[in-house]
Amino acid sequence: MENILEGVNISKSFPIKGFLGKTKGTVSAVHDVSFSLKEQATLGIVGESGCGKSTLARLIMRLIQTDEGKVNYRGENILNLTGSKLQDVRKKIQMVFQNPYSSINPKLSIIDNVAFSLWENGVPKEEARKKALYYLDAVGLPKSYALRFPSSLSGGQRQRVAIARALVLEPEIVIADEAVSALDKSVQAQVLKLFQELKKEFSLSLIFISHDLNVVEYMSDEVMVMYLGKVVEKGPAVQIYSNPHHPYTQALFNSIPSMEVGESTLNNSPINGELPSPMNPPSGCRFRTRCPLVTEKCAGDLPPNVEISPGHTAACVLYERVGNEKVLS
Amino acid sequence: MSNVLELIDLVTQFSTKKGMVPAVRGVNLSVKRGKTLVILGESGSGKSVTLRSILRITPPGAKILGSILFNEEEILTKSNNEIQALRGNRIAMIFQDSLSAFDPLYKVGKQIEETIISHQKVTRKQAKELVIDLFRKVGIPSPEERVKVYPHEMSGGMRQRAVISMALACKPEVLLADEPTTALDVTIQAQILKLFKQIQTEFGMSIVLVTHDIGVAAEMADDIAVMYAGKIVEYGEAKQILFSPEHPYTKGLIAATPKKGQKGELITIPGQPPLITNMPKGCAFADRCSDAISSCHSENPELKEVKPKQHAACFLVRQKKEMITI
Ligand SMILES: Nc1ncnc2c1ncn2[C@@H]1O[C@H](COP(=O)(O)OP(=O)(O)OP(=O)(O)O)[C@@H](O)[C@H]1O
Ligand SMILES: Nc1ncnc2c1ncn2[C@@H]1O[C@H](COP(=O)(O)OP(=O)(O)OP(=O)(O)O)[C@@H](O)[C@H]1O
Ligand SMILES: [Mg+2]
Ligand SMILES: [Mg+2]
Repeated sequence: MENILEGVNISKSFPIKGFLGKTKGTVSAVHDVSFSLKEQATLGIVGESGCGKSTLARLIMRLIQTDEGKVNYRGENILNLTGSKLQDVRKKIQMVFQNPYSSINPKLSIIDNVAFSLWENGVPKEEARKKALYYLDAVGLPKSYALRFPSSLSGGQRQRVAIARALVLEPEIVIADEAVSALDKSVQAQVLKLFQELKKEFSLSLIFISHDLNVVEYMSDEVMVMYLGKVVEKGPAVQIYSNPHHPYTQALFNSIPSMEVGESTLNNSPINGELPSPMNPPSGCRFRTRCPLVTEKCAGDLPPNVEISPGHTAACVLYERVGNEKVLS
Repeated sequence: MSNVLELIDLVTQFSTKKGMVPAVRGVNLSVKRGKTLVILGESGSGKSVTLRSILRITPPGAKILGSILFNEEEILTKSNNEIQALRGNRIAMIFQDSLSAFDPLYKVGKQIEETIISHQKVTRKQAKELVIDLFRKVGIPSPEERVKVYPHEMSGGMRQRAVISMALACKPEVLLADEPTTALDVTIQAQILKLFKQIQTEFGMSIVLVTHDIGVAAEMADDIAVMYAGKIVEYGEAKQILFSPEHPYTKGLIAATPKKGQKGELITIPGQPPLITNMPKGCAFADRCSDAISSCHSENPELKEVKPKQHAACFLVRQKKEMITI
């Protein structure tokens, strides 16, 4: 299957303003990140809070400007597009934002919130509303909610409005940033099923960002693990979950809460210490300051990107010399 | 005096164009001192409204009925000023929409400082130091720098940790936490939950925690209440509720949770919950329940003990039990 979307060496830093607006330094939010999304597939992105997942999503959406790198949609770099060509691509890539409270217009009714982007694209009012109703129903919001205003909805109800709004344009790619985290498990299952159906029937491709590692495992074909702006491990979901290699990935999976009462996982994480500041990321491997397996080499060069098995890579010196595994860079 | 907080027949109604509609329809709950009560439940079932009702944070025109006892004292009849004095001080709340809790125009650290100063006798300098210390405790990297940033300059999870630090600032007796860790990765989540437990043992803080994460519930809960359509449908000791749920809704909810290594289709509960503007006469879950009998559609089941330390509001469970005892 072909790649519908590719990120190539994407980087982004934010300036931090100090006294009187002088720039005091920069936050390296996304650093040299590459990924590919196959058509009709799901790429899951997981990683520490603040590691740059939402920033990466916003860069792909062109909501913020990239410092470096390319975003190729069907082989064409969309970062250079302007005018109507850009508008065309924009329609094809939709995002469900992490915070449903700020992404919904409080002055519009629920149905108009969903129909809005269709109107913007010239769809007649009634037809747009009909489609909006269809998608509201699909995410489990009954018709009678349609005329209500966002302020009278619960958190999970609002999140479903945001999902309906992304789906209503019938995009080819949806970037879902913590899109199901506020839903109860039964509604969540319903929405996940809907995504799966759309994948099959309308060849939807998904970038699925979530802290719920079980949900990511269930949804994803490929998984990318990020830490402090960088990709530390990447590969087929089955591989990453059954055979995690990077010490950060291993730590992350150890901390998944168990569903058993009395079996605490709170102390399972071998990573301790303070999160390093993204304003001043550690040299070499960015994880080394908290890595339980840190070596002297880690502070020096950037860790090599080692191929563990076909398509499965980990950026860690530990695997550099292991016999049949080959170093990529 | 083992219950720090007690809700008795709590009803919260909103005023809408269609008249008053109840979002919470008679909730009874007790929060034990120094313990954690987890509320699970359907989206839209009234979990947030229940928590907000305790601190009277409801939209204009809303009505709160019943009784809310804080340290055995009725607080529903207290003046708004008296409630204001409790809020953020003795009873703190972490809101579900906490990502928008901060004013975008002011620095995050400054806003927390103001909260501390308004409730405690401290100098500005002390308040400043307190905020930095709190930021460190909730795991915000380089806290000295981070107190000076604006809300939009923090990631979702970082803002969430700032909100948590604000709630803990005054060492409240009761912490009402509405999905406090959904925006956090599992390692930071673990850190925050540990911090909750630590403050709990140090100061005897009681916690009411709303979550959709069964894992978090298993980790934290002494007791669990399950809400559906404005009511508690099941309540009891955490272990009982998670491992031998009796109410068909609780069973469905737990079955729908993706497990580690989940393959195949996820289980969903067919149908949709009733609208709060149009509540059925009988059990609100009856239309979606595959085992419903005729009385389920005509009468409302009350929450009754079905096993030691476990209560369920379901005719079927009781019927089964009666059959066994006969
Ligand atoms: N506009 C901005 N100005 C300055 N710093 C920013 C800005 N937006 C994001 N950042 C910083 O960039 C880093 C990455 O943020 P991002 O929101 O992408 O993280 P995330 O992986 O989505 O985290 P979470 O899981 O908490 O949502 C963080 O350190 C954040 O504080
Ligand atoms: N201001 C309001 N006016 C009218 N109805 C409201 C208002 N606020 C909330 N509701 C309704 O009250 C019900 C309960 O809402 P609540 O926010 O307590 O749900 P919840 O259990 O917290 O759900 P979630 O898990 O999605 O956050 C919902 O059906 C919601 O639509
Ligand atoms: Mg984010
Ligand atoms: Mg809620």
